[in-house]
Amino acid sequence: MASLIGFYSLIFGLCLSFIIIFYSVRNFKDSMVFDNKIIFSTFLQFFFVIVSFLGLILSFVYSDFSNETVFNNSHTTKPLFYKISGTWGNHEGSLLLWLLVLTLFIFLFLIKSKDQSKKYRILTLLFQQVIIMGFFIFLIKTSNPFNYIFPIPKEGLGLNPILQDPALAIHPPILYLGYVGSSIIFSSTLAATSLNYISKEWAKHLKQWVLISWIFLTLGILLGSVWAYYELGWGGFWFWDPVENVSLMPWLALTTLLHCILVLEKRLTLTSWVVILSISTFTLSMCGTFLVRSGILNSIHTFANDPERGLFILIFLFCLIFLSLFIFFFFHKNNDKNVDSFFWLSKETSILVNNWFMMYFLSVVLIGTVYPIFLEVISSEKISVGPPFYNKLIIPFLIPFLLAMAIGPKLKWIKSDLQDKKYLILFFIISFLLSIFIIKILNINFLLNTILVTSAFYLFFITLRDFFTKKFKNLSQNISHFGFSLLILSILFNNIFSNEIITNLKVGETFQSEKFKINFENIEKRNDQNFLAIIGKLKIESLNGNIETLRPEIRIYNQPNITTSEADIKTNLLTDKFMTMNFIQNQDYFNIRYQVKPFMIWIWFSVLIISFGGLLSLLQKRYEN
Amino acid sequence: MKKIKYLIVIFLITNLSLSNAQESDLQNKITKNLRCLICQGQSVYESDSEFANSLKLVVQNKLDEGLNEKQIYGYLKTKYGEWILFDPNFGKNTYFLWLLPIFVFIIGGVIIFKLFIIRKNK
Amino acid sequence: MRIKILPLFLVISFLFIFFIFFKGLQNSNIYSPDINNEKDIPFFETKILNTNDKVNSKEIFISDKFYLLNVWASWCIPCKDEHPYLMDLSVQNNIEIIGLNYKDNDKNAKNFLKNMDNPYKVIFLDKDGTIAIEWGAYGVPESFLIYNKRVIKKIIGPLNKNSYSEIINLIK
Repeated sequence: MASLIGFYSLIFGLCLSFIIIFYSVRNFKDSMVFDNKIIFSTFLQFFFVIVSFLGLILSFVYSDFSNETVFNNSHTTKPLFYKISGTWGNHEGSLLLWLLVLTLFIFLFLIKSKDQSKKYRILTLLFQQVIIMGFFIFLIKTSNPFNYIFPIPKEGLGLNPILQDPALAIHPPILYLGYVGSSIIFSSTLAATSLNYISKEWAKHLKQWVLISWIFLTLGILLGSVWAYYELGWGGFWFWDPVENVSLMPWLALTTLLHCILVLEKRLTLTSWVVILSISTFTLSMCGTFLVRSGILNSIHTFANDPERGLFILIFLFCLIFLSLFIFFFFHKNNDKNVDSFFWLSKETSILVNNWFMMYFLSVVLIGTVYPIFLEVISSEKISVGPPFYNKLIIPFLIPFLLAMAIGPKLKWIKSDLQDKKYLILFFIISFLLSIFIIKILNINFLLNTILVTSAFYLFFITLRDFFTKKFKNLSQNISHFGFSLLILSILFNNIFSNEIITNLKVGETFQSEKFKINFENIEKRNDQNFLAIIGKLKIESLNGNIETLRPEIRIYNQPNITTSEADIKTNLLTDKFMTMNFIQNQDYFNIRYQVKPFMIWIWFSVLIISFGGLLSLLQKRYEN
Repeated sequence: MKKIKYLIVIFLITNLSLSNAQESDLQNKITKNLRCLICQGQSVYESDSEFANSLKLVVQNKLDEGLNEKQIYGYLKTKYGEWILFDPNFGKNTYFLWLLPIFVFIIGGVIIFKLFIIRKNK
Repeated sequence: MRIKILPLFLVISFLFIFFIFFKGLQNSNIYSPDINNEKDIPFFETKILNTNDKVNSKEIFISDKFYLLNVWASWCIPCKDEHPYLMDLSVQNNIEIIGLNYKDNDKNAKNFLKNMDNPYKVIFLDKDGTIAIEWGAYGVPESFLIYNKRVIKKIIGPLNKNSYSEIINLIK
């Protein structure tokens, strides 16, 4: 029943697209005032998508296995929480979530943009409707979440256990608010370009949407990372897996846009560049969806796929690309007035330098991700592009990037002179000495590390000092930059100081290394709702007599019958102690992986600081208005 | 400046040095760079599949036999193809992969320089 | 003039990218190593199931005869599916079937053969899976057809009707 309502709501939603387009076109030509029917229909469309989404959630909650999506991804013994989160833990449901975010954002846009011109609002709505219709058709035609199956199965196939996790339950909605939310930037930029509407005020208005998308995207990526850290069982938090790359690419584009739009807002230059960035952000989101959903790349997020879906997104993606190209080249008039009126040492230049590096990072990630596809099609040779590639190309460039990040915000518009030169140099020397000291006591003679730590410390101290001297002039920016320096420092120290032991142990055995003793005390079994847990109890005694007990688990899920390992993590401010346990085929031994990972919590915390900076900036804007 | 002192103290207390772990470090470095054929998104180091566990042993054995990193990659490449390496060699297949991002960087620099700096000086 | 070249260039490059992605969609995203290349077989020392004698593989693979090296384990379910084909092959007179018992426990392996019959002439033991890697195998079951100390065919996964008749054709 819920499925039926859900399905018809989808159809109604699609029909409303036509009604909205009809009203919009009429309103666009005729009257001067904005027709309120349009807002109402947009709300109605959003409402129908919500009903459809609730329909799917209810089908999951009541385990209605006549629904194919529920049958494929749920099971009666699954806890209620994961029944609900299972709604978007699959291809069909997550696309419905896409649609929900698309309609939500255009509705919010219409009620929040009352002070903008009528034509601009309508045109934005029209472009957004193109995207919405595309997804409606995609959903109904190739990935209908409400397919009926008969005879009705007694039991479902279950949700992949690694997705049964609280972080991953909220990861997709948060991520999508940013990832799909960027569609509104795309639509409104196309609208503004066609109408030649780009102005300082427009930049100010667009910046809010950029900030919203950016904050959610940052948090979404963070959640995914946290999940990978404790669920995938080896203590890493970033894999350079295609699915991570496709979320990172729009993030890089958005971050660039966030900086660049400042120039537009204050100085009305770089308009073409802002337009290009706004278009490419959503295009990259779509491209990412294509890459991970079509199955063209092998990734954790590749749900069962059929080529028809891939083809549809591919064609749709390129329609949007060509549409934007057409609008850009035919309508865009470059009316930069101030283009040649800034000095090389100025805020403008520093933002351009930021953009330059960001685009470089973006190109590394993009090329690394899609290159294997190109090579395979052209020469039918298969290669892998993994973490070493990205590390080699990105890490050296981080050094100038960090330094520019420290100095850039100190510059003024148009023409500037560096102030507080004494401090800048003093701080650099301090950072340098400190890094040499740290690297030296650890016996790692690696030049690149020293310089990298130096530049990260530099940014750290400079931003830290600004908290006390700047009198909250540009607090949000400073917070985010400070967070970024903290992030880089934590990642670096985490990499340098990590320590791990991999060993095979039987129950009762003890492993002795120079630094600690691991005693495998016992295992116990526990039956949970939909899995059997085997819990090991291991006592770790470190040199200085500290004793810690860790209880890693192996979980054997009933449906699907998959074994996962749950890490046990003891977190404190300085280090994480991380342990996983695994079966070894046909032996009484267990594979034990024990890691000491310093500053783990600071990585998460610093990303929170970064997004908090964004949030503050958004609130400030509100306040000023 | 207090912060610095505090940080130094932290490092002295935690004292997490990396000595003696050289051997297993190299093994980890190599296995991190090998792609697992069973769970194809993961590296051999990350994976706990049967294949990955055996491959870790093989890498250890080869290191004990005295092979260096490059020779081990070469050995595994003949067994499983170039695909198994996460760090693609710089060769005719990968010129574009390595050079294109650098090219983008240079182009970006040129554009900024030409558009904004040269024009200013005129 | 310059303004017109740029859009044209962009359109062409995007069409090219579209074409590549379109073609790429038809390729499988699961990698399996090239199975058509002939390779020399590796040599190794190991123990034999049942007798626990040490053996050098050089003594087993003598030239001008066909051998089928089959990687198997008692815990491997698809190995049961391919077992009848192995039995059929074992009665052919110009091929010998050699087993590589992968990460198994001796007792289970012996039981498996007792219940299902033994198609193997010799069974090597591979307790830690390293010998399978020497062969370039990465799962169970896998089979290697050997002639003149070279692998002339490699079958990933269980044998089936097609691969069985292919082998029969090759060894004629």
